[in-house]
Amino acid sequence: MIDLLLTLYFSFLKVGLFTIGGGYAMIPLMEAEVINVNRWLGPAEFLDVIAIAEMTPGPVSINAATFIGYKLAGVAGSLVASLGVITPSLILLLLLSRILFKLIQKPGSEKFLKGVRSAMVALILLAAYSLGLSAVIDLASAFIFVVILIASLVYRISPIFYIAIGAIMGLLLFPY
Amino acid sequence: MPGLNESKSNKETIWTILLTFFKVGAFTFGGGYAILPVVQQEVVEKRKWVSQTAFSDILIITQGMPGQLALNSAIQIGIRLRGTAGGIAAAVGVTAPSVIILLIIAAWLYPLIHDNIYFQAAFFGIRPAVVALIAYAGIKMGRDILDDRNSIILSIALLVVAIITQLHPILVLVSGGLVGLLLSRRNNNYD
Repeated sequence: MIDLLLTLYFSFLKVGLFTIGGGYAMIPLMEAEVINVNRWLGPAEFLDVIAIAEMTPGPVSINAATFIGYKLAGVAGSLVASLGVITPSLILLLLLSRILFKLIQKPGSEKFLKGVRSAMVALILLAAYSLGLSAVIDLASAFIFVVILIASLVYRISPIFYIAIGAIMGLLLFPY
Repeated sequence: MPGLNESKSNKETIWTILLTFFKVGAFTFGGGYAILPVVQQEVVEKRKWVSQTAFSDILIITQGMPGQLALNSAIQIGIRLRGTAGGIAAAVGVTAPSVIILLIIAAWLYPLIHDNIYFQAAFFGIRPAVVALIAYAGIKMGRDILDDRNSIILSIALLVVAIITQLHPILVLVSGGLVGLLLSRRNNNYD
């Protein structure tokens, strides 16, 4: 149990430490830790968790960490996983803030971050592809994917709205 | 940074800081950049804890460091108000609603409806929708970030490397950062 809690903590700490750019930047990291490295969830289940985390208030990665932590190790697991996500922010701002401020002001840091963000674009698109393999499985789900992608490119509406549309289309098109 | 922990608003109690950020955590959906305007309204306009300028400084640090945007800005505001204790109170406040709500869903609601056929049908549609939102996030980030030839080539090269080698994303990100640094050094030499 202690082993599992420690693994949970450090896996989600890695997610917190390398989420650069906010929002969905955590998806490729969480996918790697939760699906590929530790095999805690399958890709379809992972997408369900992300959807639930998106539909509930608060930061998506803390929501997802709480849910996955609970699933693996109950209340202790959920606390440990969400603590893992917030640990890097706490350490950087409370203990290493002087170093952090100096680093951010260095001319090289902007170049470094630009490189990291360029890599992040590749990783997010790759995550969309690899997770898509488990979600876009027939004509109906492909249709839903295309409709939501085009709509989100055209209209700037809250993601929750698009998830709701996806749910309605799912209810209508599901091969019961 | 001297004076960072000293502020006119020293009268703010740890409890007020915690409750304020609890409210931010409990009533903002979607995470990421969606939360920042809510934080701004609460701490700059309503409570006047920090000035607009100070809030802009906080955002620069928030975006230049890893972690959740809402969390990073909350901790910094907490630190400005009440030092380390304030920072921890802000972090606990912004995180607590997530933990409470998701615990209720994971422990009670999800097992209750998980096997329901209509729930399955809804998630049959929600999954491709979430994939579309992730793809959209990648496309949008690409439009914002990849504004010169070097970063486009770097992004494509790392995409190919990531597909072939199945490298952990952390290594891909660090490689991207290091190449970004090297490219800028080389360009500076030619300037």
